[in-house]
Amino acid sequence: MFKGKDLLGLRDLSKDSIMEILDEARSMKKRIDNPALRDHTLNKSSIVTLFYENSTRTKTSFCLAGAYLGGIVQDLGVSTSSVSKGESLIDTGLNIDKMGVKFMIIRHQMTGAAAVLARNVRACVINAGDGTNEHPTQALLDMYTIYDYLGGFEGLKVVILGDISHSRVARSNAFGLIKLGARVTLAGPSTLISGSMRALGVEVTSDIKGAIADADVVMGLRVQFERQKNMPFPNTREYSTLYGINSDLLRYAKPDALVMHPGPVNRGVEFTSNVIDGKNSVINIQVKNGVAVRMAILKLLYEANPDL
Amino acid sequence: MKLLIKGGRVIDPANNRDEILDILVVDDKISKVDKSIDEEADKVINAQGKWVMPGLIDLHVHFREPGFERKETIRTGSRAAAMGGFTTVCCMPNTEPVCDNDIVVEFIKLKAERAGIVNVLPIGSISKGMKGEELSDIGRMSKAGICALSEDGKSVLNAGLMKNAMRYASMFKLPILDHCEDPSLTGKGQMNAGERAAFMGLAGISNDSEEVIVARDMILAQSTNTPIHLCHISTAGSVTLIRQAKERGVKVTAEATPHHFTLCDEDITDYDANYKMAPPLRSKSDREAIRQALSDGTIEVISTDHAPHHTDEKNCEFQLALNGIIGLETSFPLANTVLVEGGYLTPYQLVEKMSANPAKILGINKGNLSEGSVADITIADPNAEYVIDVEDMVSKAKNTPFGGMHVKGKILYTIVGGEMSVEDGKLMKR
Ligand SMILES: [Zn+2]
Repeated sequence: MFKGKDLLGLRDLSKDSIMEILDEARSMKKRIDNPALRDHTLNKSSIVTLFYENSTRTKTSFCLAGAYLGGIVQDLGVSTSSVSKGESLIDTGLNIDKMGVKFMIIRHQMTGAAAVLARNVRACVINAGDGTNEHPTQALLDMYTIYDYLGGFEGLKVVILGDISHSRVARSNAFGLIKLGARVTLAGPSTLISGSMRALGVEVTSDIKGAIADADVVMGLRVQFERQKNMPFPNTREYSTLYGINSDLLRYAKPDALVMHPGPVNRGVEFTSNVIDGKNSVINIQVKNGVAVRMAILKLLYEANPDL
Repeated sequence: MKLLIKGGRVIDPANNRDEILDILVVDDKISKVDKSIDEEADKVINAQGKWVMPGLIDLHVHFREPGFERKETIRTGSRAAAMGGFTTVCCMPNTEPVCDNDIVVEFIKLKAERAGIVNVLPIGSISKGMKGEELSDIGRMSKAGICALSEDGKSVLNAGLMKNAMRYASMFKLPILDHCEDPSLTGKGQMNAGERAAFMGLAGISNDSEEVIVARDMILAQSTNTPIHLCHISTAGSVTLIRQAKERGVKVTAEATPHHFTLCDEDITDYDANYKMAPPLRSKSDREAIRQALSDGTIEVISTDHAPHHTDEKNCEFQLALNGIIGLETSFPLANTVLVEGGYLTPYQLVEKMSANPAKILGINKGNLSEGSVADITIADPNAEYVIDVEDMVSKAKNTPFGGMHVKGKILYTIVGGEMSVEDGKLMKR
């Protein structure tokens, strides 16, 4: 049985809980295309989204998931409202908490923000991405997609490419996939990966061909080199030359390997267009699965916390 | 007024003494130290089974006044000091305004005198406003009574300015206590770089951010032939560098904090900012190197880096939380539990590091129990065991990760200039 008040990350989630979410997502997926199957599971529970970092896609996915289950969804425009007036995260949370809110969905630029919010409020907190820590719902939708196509995780080779050291997506995927028996390789330029990531139980390498060899899943991460002092990498052009995946490189992976990306994808940087649009790509399927996974999480948390 | 301390284990490294002795205090001075003193006294303390030490001295505290009184004041901080067995503390200049001129020095001295419970010695900043651009009024501050110079919280990054400061300070015999950190290497780091940081998803701070400045400072100390004191050393690499520099005769001294010899990065869980400090809690092997360095004398001082913060400044996003923890009331029990009970230090060495050596670095006539010296005396029960309760602390701040920890060693008496600041474990002045 799924337990706990919050969903903060896959680091602290058991293998059984992960599988419970994935199985629930399978039944939820049917409801997406068939409005007749949408119901009132959440019984008009309030869901507030607090997105301190913009992400239209993730927010929309959560909002639709809540609506499909009969919740009341409200966005707190934190990027434009209270924060600019200097209100602290905890004060904002305590305020919202008083309004009869059942779920808070938080996206924040700082690691641990969801955990700090969760231990200060009554409501269930769902982490929609915190700093360089975790993005559990993205990883769960990635895992669901793998589960759907490949039927399981045991012994799979999953390679995640790109700006690993700053990627909460890579970290959540690593925590989850390893628990379910997959082998995870993180690959990227030496300044964007750190050997201490091995603490997660993953392989770490800068050798792109070795990383892709015989992979069952090739996952690219969005590469964003903001102009800043002391950049860890020269520019995106150099990145695509060294680490961009084209159809030649993809040949090193298994023939039916899945090509995945959390989006939005930079065409010609992480993947060439013919890889993005090719037969191996499931990038567009991931988006739909995201709604299903988020519905599953809302339903399971709702059921696990009847007293809230 | 006569006070007789009877039958205690008198540990007095400055006089090369560690034996059962009596001490007679007359007014504010130590009048006699001898085997069984028979004298009528106004007050007698039975110190059997207790350690009688020269008053503890802390080279590194932040009392936040002026400017940040909601965190701590000189009054509340000095009470915490007394409860921790400290008779003399040195307060860092990162206040608002910065202690970079004689007016602020006089203000701190006045506040300390009014607080009237322990000796509070102001430390002046090296550069004006701690901006690292021009020297502060070092000569005038020296005349006003600062005990040392520091830029604590950061390093003076301009090596030329640092070199000038070292040469200029030597004229006034002012020690420089340097916080060693290169911010370009700290970057956005929030905790020690390593497996734990990778696990937590927090940006790491590598050991080199401390070590490059440790190395630079010792090179400058050698080229100017002046002393340097390195604050809160946290890495094995720094220890090696210091050891090598001492071998070639560099006048370097160093300190370690109770949190760096007690905790390590693996203790950080759940983004609890009471474990966030600069330098960060390092790896287990770094911690072992610090303990060894204390043991072999490479590090000669234990300082608390008592850094009070308001609850709001710690119960927030880890990245926004301010650095530092309070330490005055837990320093002696932690040092006794971890270092003495742990076999790294003898009681004699402990007293060297918490009293005699800091006095030597400051060049003040304290840290000893010589006849004729001012009666700054601390008495502790080394065998008292208890669990640290944050609510018992008298510091205004409660930011410590040590609540709930089982320790051994309790301060019973803090005697400052012959007067009881703490008696039988209780604060005597409100
Ligand atoms: Zn410092």
